[in-house]
Amino acid sequence: MYAFDYHRPTSVKEAVGLLTDGAKIVAGGHTLLPTMKQRLAAPESLIDLGRIPDLVGIERTPRSLTIAAMTTHGAVAESAEVKEAIPALAELAALIGDPAVRHRGTIGGSVANNDPAADYPAACLALGATILTNKRKLSSEEFFLGLFETALEEGEIVTGVSFPIPHKAAYEKFRNPASRYALVGVFVAKRPSDIRVAVTGSGSNGVFRWTEAEDALAKRFSPKSLEGMSASPDGLNSDLHADAAYRAHLIGVMARRAVQKAADR
Amino acid sequence: MTATGIGAPVRRKEDQRFITGKGRYVDDINRPGQAHACFLRSPHAHAAIRGIDAAAARAMPGVLAVLTGEDLAADKVGGLICGWMIHSKDGTPMKAGPHPALAQGKVRYVGDHVAVVVAETLNQAKDAVEAITVEYDVLTPVVETARAAGAGTTVHDEAPDNVVFNWHLGNKPEVDAAFGRAAHVVGLDIVNNRLVPNPIEPRAAVGEYDDAEEAFTLYTTSQNPHVARLVLSAFIGIAPENKLRVVAPDVGGGFGSKIFIYAEETVCVWAAKKVGRPVKWTCDRTEAFLCDAHGRDHVTRAEMALDEGGKILGLKVHTIANLGAYLSTFASSVPTYLYAPLLSGQYNIPAIYCEVDGVYTNTAPVDAYRGAGRPEATFVIERIVEVAARQLGQDPARFRRRNYVRSFPHQTPVIMNYDCGDYGASLDKALEIADVKGFPKRRRESARTGKLRGLGYSSYIEACGIAPSQAVGALGAGVGLWESAEVRVNPTGSIEVLTGSHSHGQGHETTFAQLVSDRLGVPIDSVTIVHGDTDKVQFGMGTYGSRSGAVGMSAIAKAIDKVIAKGRKVAAYVLEAGEGDIEFKDGRFGVAGTDRSLAFGEVALQAYVAHKFSGADLEPGLKEGAFYDPTNFTFPAGMHICELEVDPETGHVTIARFTAVDDFGTVINPMIVEGQVHGGIAQGVGQALYEGAVYDADGQLVTASFMDYRMPRAEDFPSFAVGMTVTPCPSNPLGIKGCGEAGAIAAPAAVMNALTDALGHEGIAMPATPLAVWRAAQASRPQPLAAE
Amino acid sequence: MTSVSLTVNGKAVTADVEPRTLLVQFLREGQRLTGTHVGCDTSQCGACVVHLDGEAVKACTTLAVQCDGRTVTTIEGLAAPGGTLHPMQAAFREHHGLQCGYCTPGMIMTAVDLVRRKGHHLDEATIRHELEGNICRCTGYHNIVKAIAAGAEAMAAEPVREAAE
Repeated sequence: MYAFDYHRPTSVKEAVGLLTDGAKIVAGGHTLLPTMKQRLAAPESLIDLGRIPDLVGIERTPRSLTIAAMTTHGAVAESAEVKEAIPALAELAALIGDPAVRHRGTIGGSVANNDPAADYPAACLALGATILTNKRKLSSEEFFLGLFETALEEGEIVTGVSFPIPHKAAYEKFRNPASRYALVGVFVAKRPSDIRVAVTGSGSNGVFRWTEAEDALAKRFSPKSLEGMSASPDGLNSDLHADAAYRAHLIGVMARRAVQKAADR
Repeated sequence: MTATGIGAPVRRKEDQRFITGKGRYVDDINRPGQAHACFLRSPHAHAAIRGIDAAAARAMPGVLAVLTGEDLAADKVGGLICGWMIHSKDGTPMKAGPHPALAQGKVRYVGDHVAVVVAETLNQAKDAVEAITVEYDVLTPVVETARAAGAGTTVHDEAPDNVVFNWHLGNKPEVDAAFGRAAHVVGLDIVNNRLVPNPIEPRAAVGEYDDAEEAFTLYTTSQNPHVARLVLSAFIGIAPENKLRVVAPDVGGGFGSKIFIYAEETVCVWAAKKVGRPVKWTCDRTEAFLCDAHGRDHVTRAEMALDEGGKILGLKVHTIANLGAYLSTFASSVPTYLYAPLLSGQYNIPAIYCEVDGVYTNTAPVDAYRGAGRPEATFVIERIVEVAARQLGQDPARFRRRNYVRSFPHQTPVIMNYDCGDYGASLDKALEIADVKGFPKRRRESARTGKLRGLGYSSYIEACGIAPSQAVGALGAGVGLWESAEVRVNPTGSIEVLTGSHSHGQGHETTFAQLVSDRLGVPIDSVTIVHGDTDKVQFGMGTYGSRSGAVGMSAIAKAIDKVIAKGRKVAAYVLEAGEGDIEFKDGRFGVAGTDRSLAFGEVALQAYVAHKFSGADLEPGLKEGAFYDPTNFTFPAGMHICELEVDPETGHVTIARFTAVDDFGTVINPMIVEGQVHGGIAQGVGQALYEGAVYDADGQLVTASFMDYRMPRAEDFPSFAVGMTVTPCPSNPLGIKGCGEAGAIAAPAAVMNALTDALGHEGIAMPATPLAVWRAAQASRPQPLAAE
Repeated sequence: MTSVSLTVNGKAVTADVEPRTLLVQFLREGQRLTGTHVGCDTSQCGACVVHLDGEAVKACTTLAVQCDGRTVTTIEGLAAPGGTLHPMQAAFREHHGLQCGYCTPGMIMTAVDLVRRKGHHLDEATIRHELEGNICRCTGYHNIVKAIAAGAEAMAAEPVREAAE
């Protein structure tokens, strides 16, 4: 690891003030620190959001669930409110990394990093979440722009994610056998207005919606509606663990299983 | 059997320090004034070095030295060696290229050692490594095992076609004749996938030079510190053995990968004198992936000849073995003498012929990994036997039984003389434990949920305790393969046992003490096992090849016999009886037919005070040493049965049951032995389903961290069902055969036989990843729901 | 250099560290608590697991400065002050849940955290699933799973010792 300056602000405002060129924000640190250890990232300073009280917590309203950015995956997975409002979200959080990783990793870090194999982006996109920053509110479509790319501007920090509560939802993940990231992750949400199917781990441009499946499910929310369907392999990743054809097939399988799980709720 | 004697599941003595965080591993050792080493490694698989500019690095803060291959040459430091000479079938010796600890003129694999920086801190060393500029002429790499021979580009000039040896074993005309009269010939193409050993403790070294004594000390993660000292002294030329101490303290797993004498350890001890400071290096995981010796990597064509009824007549095997870019310490022996002699398996096969091409490639060196040659042989024979049974429409268990060796000793056509065994007994017990009778029903249940269920057998045999030394010497080994022991009885009766074996997870501190406690009738807590330090233990060959029980403990048993013999002499004087009348029983020396006796501790004290005998008649003291050289290999064998379920939709495989019945001969501590079996099975299943080292066409290691190299995890396994049968080994005084590698040897074939059974065809190779299984499942027919 | 003050195994510790110092380096090099091990570079093997404010974390992926003002428990702090083993430590020995011992501290710390979260009666599937972030190369996990199940039960019988946390 290269040397850096360390800052531990106690408010978002203070954090934003420290966010100069060459500075990086550390949330849970479970992506950034391994990268820095390999000397693949060399920030001049690290701004640790770990001591900002406003950035932790889960708030339930009748129609939404808002999770502050520094809330850990473990806290989301164990939260009674999350389990009650959007059980699929708690289940998704419980599938990230491992128990020790979940004690550090945060929802804000996950969405701000927009790793193409991360789990939360699929939930955001399928549930129609709003990404909250210190400056504005963005829809998930506006926020996730591509591989490790988001709409965050200079001096902008993710402060939370607000999820509208769906009728039903479920997440099915086929793990990369080695890394345990999503090789294919499919989040299915039956929302008051529509049905959404979001896919992570597969797209060469990050998380995306599988609109053919959404259309099929709009007719009937049942795995049978997706029988025999698989995603188009165009634009899907190919690597050691899965080629595009396999990913395309798994997207279909995971989508059917997610729909079944959601329908069973 | 006493509570701590032979056969008792004694809880391990060493555990107290490990469970409280007090184990002392090499990276836990820090020496006063210690500096840190970081290696500059080749980013290219194959390149000529045109120049190294280290001026900027040398000027950086904290840098004590930047050393390259030129410095090694100037100091006349020798290269790393391969300690087993193999001759090709035309009689020529193997064509080994030089293996300098730091590259000289050329780099030959990604990770190859180009230079080392020694600096005050590790961060400073890393910074300086980044400041070294190397001018490379990048050359075309040779990567693929099957295409290495005559690839058109040469790894070492000494082997222009990249073939290190073309070796063979067996009788070709007899095999040809067997195939000529065969009713059936079964052929199989097999890839034995390349593995990375990955003990969880990465390698580490601290080298130190004592100016006053003019002596070196090397703390290193070694399975065999004495062999390391011998090689560093006699071949690499660091210092004479009496001026070099090698210490291997607690070592966090080895699995073969810590047998070898590597570049980093060599450089640390050499550099310590050059910079006048202790030099420490600790491997990170990616370095371990790049530079620890890998395992396996065979491409094989096997053919089996059978008569009309399914009796095996002959076996013909051709293997290409990837040896990597340099010949590691025992690389040449693994795909030759540790491989082909096991191809007879548990079967009576009248004629066997095996040909092996050992090839250089621009990949990490390949050497022994848990099982070393024997897993590769077992995979060949157990897969082809399974396929033969299927093609002949016979039950695979019955087919095996029919061809088992039944009378002992049994001379195979490939060197080995099996001394004992009862293969049918292991099969019977395994069939019962695995509830094979209930399998058809379970298969139907799986089919109802769209899953494919399969069952696979593996009747493995292996050879442990490689020896006698005379025999292995005749086959090309550069060392003897005996073991030494010294039993030091203290005046108060406590005992230190010095052994040349090394424990890095095997529990020697417990099992060896059990033997001593059992034989001398002393409490196990009064026995301390000393190992892993060349200043304490005079010499030893270390721990690998499941040899520590059969060879290492036999040496201790021999030394114990001498202690008892001496004790009788002492007791005879003290008890004023004839030596011939002294009996040793239950820890007491007594006069036969009387109630006069002395406790073991009393005799020890008498031996040291020497008040009851004259120095002219008997030497004082009670300390005896022994060297034990076995008379034969040992032959552990058994039957492993895997039952698994495939989800054809995703390619996910679930191991439903895994049964292992092993014959390890006499068992000292069943708890520890079962633990060895469990760990071996996990590695074997790992090879079959999960693990594979992959290089791309440029020779870059694609699987260079746990992010891409799939390690077995807890969730991958059911609890294992382990059973034992016992035929005591007649070739050593304790009847021990060895247990450390059985699981890794047996499991891959059991898993792949089960998987191909589930899939209904043979078209899948290891590692059978979800992607591979999904693809293969496309060609599977749904299993019939009807009774089989 | 940045000053950090934290509680390690019940003792207050203050030290000046470079911000890039990982918790595991701080413990091993600074505090000479070498029971916490490093087995990988990618936060996967779990040999470095310690408790931070009572929760299992990977000390290789946590900066020492992030632990300022907090409480860290390592394997060395698990046994009672008199040396009496924690029930989970005892269970690992009793059930032969370790061989080379290198992954063991992380396994034990993970297991204790598992009991905190999931209770004392753990089925095999739960234990195996929860060990996702701990790799062992020696045991095939068989006896680790047995040890954790037994250790969890034994912890129910023991008065909870959370003082050190």
